[in-house]
Amino acid sequence: MSLTTTPSGAEPTRARSGWHPAKLIQPFVLLAPAGIWLLLLLVFPTLLILELSLIPGFRLGQPAGAYGLGNYLEIFQPVYFQVVLRSLFFAVGSTLLCLLLGFPVAYWIAIKAPRRWRNLLLVSFILPLWTSSLLRAYAWITILRPSGLLNSLLGVFGLPGQDWLNRSPAVFIGMAYSFLPYMVLILYASLERLDRRLLEAAADLGATPQQSFWKITVPQTLPGIAAGGLLVFIASLGDFVVPELLGGASSMTVSRLIYNQFLGATRNWGFGSSLSMILILAVSIAIALLLKYGDRSSAQP
Amino acid sequence: MTSLPSPPRSKRSFSWQFVITLLMYSFMYIPILVLAFYSFNASRFSSTWGGFSLRWYSSLLNDSRILSALGDSLRVAICAVVISAVLGTMMAVGLAKYRFPGKGLYRGVSYLPLIIPDIAIAVATLVFLVSIGASLSLWTIIAAHIVFCLAYIAVVVSTRLTGLNPHLEEAALDLGATPFQAFLKVLLPELMPAIFSGCLLAFVLSMDDLLIASFTAGGGANTLPMEIFSRVRTGVKPDINALSVILILFSGFLAFLSEYIRFKSEQRRLRQ
Repeated sequence: MSLTTTPSGAEPTRARSGWHPAKLIQPFVLLAPAGIWLLLLLVFPTLLILELSLIPGFRLGQPAGAYGLGNYLEIFQPVYFQVVLRSLFFAVGSTLLCLLLGFPVAYWIAIKAPRRWRNLLLVSFILPLWTSSLLRAYAWITILRPSGLLNSLLGVFGLPGQDWLNRSPAVFIGMAYSFLPYMVLILYASLERLDRRLLEAAADLGATPQQSFWKITVPQTLPGIAAGGLLVFIASLGDFVVPELLGGASSMTVSRLIYNQFLGATRNWGFGSSLSMILILAVSIAIALLLKYGDRSSAQP
Repeated sequence: MTSLPSPPRSKRSFSWQFVITLLMYSFMYIPILVLAFYSFNASRFSSTWGGFSLRWYSSLLNDSRILSALGDSLRVAICAVVISAVLGTMMAVGLAKYRFPGKGLYRGVSYLPLIIPDIAIAVATLVFLVSIGASLSLWTIIAAHIVFCLAYIAVVVSTRLTGLNPHLEEAALDLGATPFQAFLKVLLPELMPAIFSGCLLAFVLSMDDLLIASFTAGGGANTLPMEIFSRVRTGVKPDINALSVILILFSGFLAFLSEYIRFKSEQRRLRQ
């Protein structure tokens, strides 16, 4: 087409966009190694556990039985269904907790703090993310155990001691501690873009700080709230370290149950695979909801 | 008239957010300070203060299990990061430059390691390795770590690629450079800060990974998170406090390095 209109510039254009064999080699060389690696060590294994999850009661070293939905039906037994519900409870709870604790921090850094300190303040808040998640959870054992720092401090003030370790409060504290920096990071990014003139205009027109917060700040940062919430939800839903180290026997979660099916005492690979598929499904649903919801909130400026 | 905001009220709302922020900063740092404090405690029981001592640091340096676990972790992280740096950068460049059928799918798959929970990746990798009859070792951990390392590096490099001037490489090609030369001399130097930041991130994640390593390690290999996990699940160990302090200082250094690289590359971009 361009050959008839601009004969002089046509040669290089055709050479660059045409399907010449040499042009096919470049993208192939760049994309094939990583693609093959992901296909071999991620996509194929995931399909493999999908197959395994459809073989009821599959255990290593035993002949595989017939296909069936037994593993998925087992999840609905009260014992295991309670574990699924508890995982969701922990994930939703720590998401709300992170949102509640993280919003004031991100708001203060992005809007109230002096401009030249903002970057440093943000970096220093997310600095603990660079340390081992295992050791960060372990630190809370020292604080929360019956003879730990928390109860010593409560004792000084004459307050009754709390036995939080190995119970759900410890899991919430540990998850909030692990994932709060992510929430602050994402909320900060969206609060920083907030149009301040809107807040000033609202104040000039007589809106109370509460009114302008709910009518301007929250709607404007809704995509950030949704993205941060999703990230914390996914991270806490699949988290193993915090419930394992801080939750004790009463806080069995899906990820701990999966761990037990493979490295623990139970060793039911089929059941473990079906739990893993449920976890992947839950995460996918959360992302699909965000994509649908996120598109709508970004469509209206 | 009652709806008008009064000045003291907005002042109080300022201090309210400030107080929460201050509380949250303490929340983030108190556990780390507590670990550091008790690592110098001479007493085995962290509830009592037995005087200042470096005994846990010296016992750590003589602990051959910890040292060999650290060696295994470093080997895994360095191998996985070096290989991922090459594969991840190539993938990011390929995705930015070319259009081909199935590109959306390819990109989607490249995000999966960031999204799928570690436990599910660990399970899938173990089942796969067993099904092909691979013997589990340090190399299987490395192979599994490359999956998420390359995904993170590709994401970081992609972010830099979108802010890059595409005409630079075209200019090099027009001036007679081969595609390989243009990549090496024009694109790669521009991407270097991003590649390095991505590598640091991948290194930290690889050193931190407990689940994937536990599932793919077999009997022979033992990484640092695996060793720490097997010790702390039975309670508080004072030498782990000392180890925490060393690792925290090290990751603080890595965080500083990453920020420094970001700062430098931003300055260079502003100068241009």
